[in-house]
Amino acid sequence: MNNELRELYQQVILDHNKSPRNYKKLETATNSSEGKNPLCGDHIHLYVKMNNDVVEDISFEGNGCAISKSSASLMTSIVKGKTKAEAEQLFEKFHDLVTGKISEDEDLTDLGKLAVFQGVREFPVRVKCASLAWHTLHSALKDENKIVTTE
Amino acid sequence: MISDAIINSVKNISSLDVLKIREDFPILKQLIHGKPLVYLDNAATTQKPKFVIDKEREYYEVQNSNIHRGVHLLSQKATMEYEKAREKVMRFINAKYLSEVIFTKGTTDGINLIASSFGEKFINADDEIIISHLEHHSNIVPWQLLCQRKNAKLKVIPINDNGEIIFEEFEKLISEKTKFISIVHASNSLGTINPIKDIINKAHQYNIPVLIDAAQSVQHYKIDVKELDCDFLVFSGHKLYAPTGIGILYGKEKLLEELPPYQGGGDMISSVTFEKTTYNELPYKFEAGTPNISGGICLGAAIDYINSIGIKSIEEYEKELSDYAELRLKEIEKLTPIGTAKNKGAVFSFILDGVHPHDIGTILDFEGIAIRTGHHCTQPIMDRFKIPATARASLAFYNTKDEIDFLASSIKKVFEVFA
Repeated sequence: MNNELRELYQQVILDHNKSPRNYKKLETATNSSEGKNPLCGDHIHLYVKMNNDVVEDISFEGNGCAISKSSASLMTSIVKGKTKAEAEQLFEKFHDLVTGKISEDEDLTDLGKLAVFQGVREFPVRVKCASLAWHTLHSALKDENKIVTTE
Repeated sequence: MISDAIINSVKNISSLDVLKIREDFPILKQLIHGKPLVYLDNAATTQKPKFVIDKEREYYEVQNSNIHRGVHLLSQKATMEYEKAREKVMRFINAKYLSEVIFTKGTTDGINLIASSFGEKFINADDEIIISHLEHHSNIVPWQLLCQRKNAKLKVIPINDNGEIIFEEFEKLISEKTKFISIVHASNSLGTINPIKDIINKAHQYNIPVLIDAAQSVQHYKIDVKELDCDFLVFSGHKLYAPTGIGILYGKEKLLEELPPYQGGGDMISSVTFEKTTYNELPYKFEAGTPNISGGICLGAAIDYINSIGIKSIEEYEKELSDYAELRLKEIEKLTPIGTAKNKGAVFSFILDGVHPHDIGTILDFEGIAIRTGHHCTQPIMDRFKIPATARASLAFYNTKDEIDFLASSIKKVFEVFA
């Protein structure tokens, strides 16, 4: 396989695509939001249970490409237990990562597993796939209750 | 499993010297991600032969001038070339008069023109307009907008699981309220070819005018508007090997005469005072403003190029190629074709088990293969088949059976990544 392609479809991404974590409806959700990528047909429904300022539980359902699905899966895993502000901060850093604003030699440790999305920066049309779940989370946390699109 | 002998026997026949034809298309020589370009996105837009590219260059190098109003030599030359192109289009679709051939920006523009102009004059509250479930968004939204303006209703001919319209349901939809039918000839996302001749005949029994969206057919089959007896027909130049931004609206002269102008401006008038404006004669009544002159001329050149090969030869070869592609794709386990109409063009929409179309598109891109993934501007079709998107390979006469083989083997590679 080509290197750029291998960078994009890393094993962690393929694994989360095949068996997405937190893939269910959360009956106890306090916030929820819907996100769509009209051009490629990605669709995600995000459920969040907030406890004061903390994401106590989070889950998602939906349909999408490997990048958008694994991004949602990894996002839900990583923001669980984080405060709203911490989650927003991660979104910002994640966005910088996939749009190539963070250089390769920068420290990515606080992104944890999210660093596997580094390859996305070589694929400008896939940035919206990777960031759909995050935009939807942003909207759910603000409790905007509107459909988010990345177009 | 289909035997190699059968595949080879199909593969070895060819009615067209494709390798020679490929020499005419400079873009096909390039490498994509280090691999030869395999361009299978022809339903989105076709590549341009050198003959057309040269024409565009020549126009801007030695002819560029505004048309119709100039007395100087360049303007006369440009006007002549532009009007010669109109004549080429007229012959290509076998229209009766030059006045029936209107230059537009493309298919979408042509449909909007009719929806606006015909709608303005002839559609009233509670009237009904019929389209089909196979329409591209461009043949849905202009009619929805019209229906909203006029309080009219949009009726949709349903399709079966193969992606064919259900003719009996169409017949049931017709009533005294039906004032217009707008229908696609060949579906861009499923490849289905509609029985437009039967639809037109049926509609005319009730004196209902019919618009044919020929965006996906005029480059593949001989279109004869007189024989079809359609009232309007629209298509885009860029899917017919010409540049983007140029298209054609054909309309029966008598009907076009009755319609009010679409846009106001220069060229579409015969005299203007602040009190009253009289409109120019056809086709200029519908061509306000400086048109896409080089686009029109290049559309004429593209038609010359197609005629040099012969639309019948193109149709035959593409049929051969499509039959071969169908055979090869059928072999792939875990591939489900979307759109299996009996009468189908050179469009192959499919989904793969466990792999989203977008991922298929990215992986094939790295093999140099350009296909389209998504809903193809036909969301109602995706909803009908309960899928978010498909991967679509669409063929043209410069594609080869070797490229089809490569597509098939590369699809198998997709499964290796997503094992």
